[in-house]
Amino acid sequence: MGRTILFLLLATLTLLLLPGGARSAPEPPARLTARDNPNDSGHGILLEWEAPAGAESILAYEVFRLPWRPESEGPPHAPDTPDSVWIQVGTVPQVEDQRSLEYVDEDDERMLGTAVNQHFVPRNGSVYYRVRSLATDGTRSAFCPIVSGTAIGNWFHTQRVNALVIAIILGALMVYFIRKSAGGIKLYIRPIPGLAHIDEAVGRATEMGRPILFVLGTGTAGDIATLAAYTILARVARITAEYQTPVLVPVNDPVMMLMAQGTVKEAYLEAGRPDLYRPENIFYISAMQFPYVAAVNGLMLREKCATNFYMGVFHAESLLLAEAGSTTGAIQISGTDQVSQIPFFVAATDFTLIGEELYAASAYLSQDPKLIGPLKAQDFVKAAILLIALLGVLEATLLSSQWVRSLIEAH
Amino acid sequence: MKRQLPIILVFICGITMVIQFFVPHEYSEDLFQYANDFVIVIGILALPVGIYSLMTQTVRKARREPKERLYSLATIAGFLVMIIAGSRREWFTGATSLSSNMFNYVLVPAQATLFSMLAFYIASAAYRAFRARTLLAALLLLTAFVVMLRMIPLPEPLSTWNNDVVRWILEVPNMAAKRAIIIGVGLGAVTYSIKIVLGIERSYMGGD
Repeated sequence: MGRTILFLLLATLTLLLLPGGARSAPEPPARLTARDNPNDSGHGILLEWEAPAGAESILAYEVFRLPWRPESEGPPHAPDTPDSVWIQVGTVPQVEDQRSLEYVDEDDERMLGTAVNQHFVPRNGSVYYRVRSLATDGTRSAFCPIVSGTAIGNWFHTQRVNALVIAIILGALMVYFIRKSAGGIKLYIRPIPGLAHIDEAVGRATEMGRPILFVLGTGTAGDIATLAAYTILARVARITAEYQTPVLVPVNDPVMMLMAQGTVKEAYLEAGRPDLYRPENIFYISAMQFPYVAAVNGLMLREKCATNFYMGVFHAESLLLAEAGSTTGAIQISGTDQVSQIPFFVAATDFTLIGEELYAASAYLSQDPKLIGPLKAQDFVKAAILLIALLGVLEATLLSSQWVRSLIEAH
Repeated sequence: MKRQLPIILVFICGITMVIQFFVPHEYSEDLFQYANDFVIVIGILALPVGIYSLMTQTVRKARREPKERLYSLATIAGFLVMIIAGSRREWFTGATSLSSNMFNYVLVPAQATLFSMLAFYIASAAYRAFRARTLLAALLLLTAFVVMLRMIPLPEPLSTWNNDVVRWILEVPNMAAKRAIIIGVGLGAVTYSIKIVLGIERSYMGGD
């Protein structure tokens, strides 16, 4: 009897002292594979595995790899390297009943400051991986078999095929419509009030004997909207050259200033009035948003500009500029492709070029067949997108109908 | 040649960057980085031109236009103080350096003041926009009224009804209009870019 009690006491003590002795370790992940991560520069490896049986008790998976070392520090680590050398690179959570899991090991920095980056994934070099399961009670499985993967640089981004297809279709349609338009067939462009009133707005400033203000926004010279704004600036500058009305162009970027000076100078040359060109009327103010706004608002109030143009990329300054201009009684024409700023311009200016209308300015103003053709091509692609959207709406509506679903199932 | 050279350069650079977009290889990324570095270099090289423009304008105004003299002198003084304050590294980088203090306690509050004026401008712009002169303007006024009503604590079941209506306005007609503009802008940007790269669009250079 005494022996039995002693045995039971010892057994209980052993169970209590052993950490998690009563717990069972989870299963390691199954079918681990490592391959090149597609569509990257060649410094990423995609790991995929399957959740083991009893995945509901698994919290996450711990991903380990052998560290990278440069050739100068020795040959690459072999898979039989001791456990202490392996480094953990990531943790992937087990989401409910998810069966397939993946992890992308990606790092293209060889050095972190002066230290070697052990997480670097070399291009065309093998990296060894192993993964283990971590249960909700904190126990860990054994590692699954070691696998290796090689990262290679990809030469085509397969997920951008849609963009390529649309660009090719658009390009082909552009060529077709340019030829059609050049052949003498007149293509219709709907009236755009903001552009139709440019001449009138410049004429008003001339009659009042006041300058015109042209704001190119707070974008950069590389923005499409800014480039489109230069098109309108060129047109305005040509008319002001003919009418002998000064045009003031305050800018927030020195590169934009140089480009604007070139555009206005060229326009004055074309108008046959190079003598009227004043480079000092196109000037740099500040690269910071609100100092720029303060200076332009002050300019509007002091110079009493009769016409204000706001064309290009605008952010929070759109309403600050347009409302200040409105208080001076100036006629205002705005245009931007920034969706969040369009309502402010619509509310505070007389005419607004909404989104793509800004890009259509050059075609509309010049009526050049070469420029009108691409606009038509754009309209056709837009119609195709609209058709696809309508089909999508139809499909979603019909499939959500119980009657239609039962009809499909019955047949 | 003066006009041809920029167009040829734009074509070469444009086509290169289009190809780069579809090639994720490291060489392609390096090229993209190299091109971006060029943009930074050009920006830095152009900065003295901008500063020269600003200073010549300001000095000219200070000398010739008595009404603007005070503002011009303030600009010149601010420019010189910041140059002096930032001329030594330890003056510039320290948490309590003159340069940091000028930035944190002069420029930032001044910018915040200007930004806060937006609230008043929104009110005045809304007042003009919401005048029910036409049927569309009246619809806009009604919609805005319903949307703004959500900010007020209404009793039940008015609150729930209003919330449902506002959610529908924002998620259906408002979202549809926004997406239509975004699709138009996207297509317009692609078309405009193709025109620039192929040299069809040249008006941004000043001529037709």
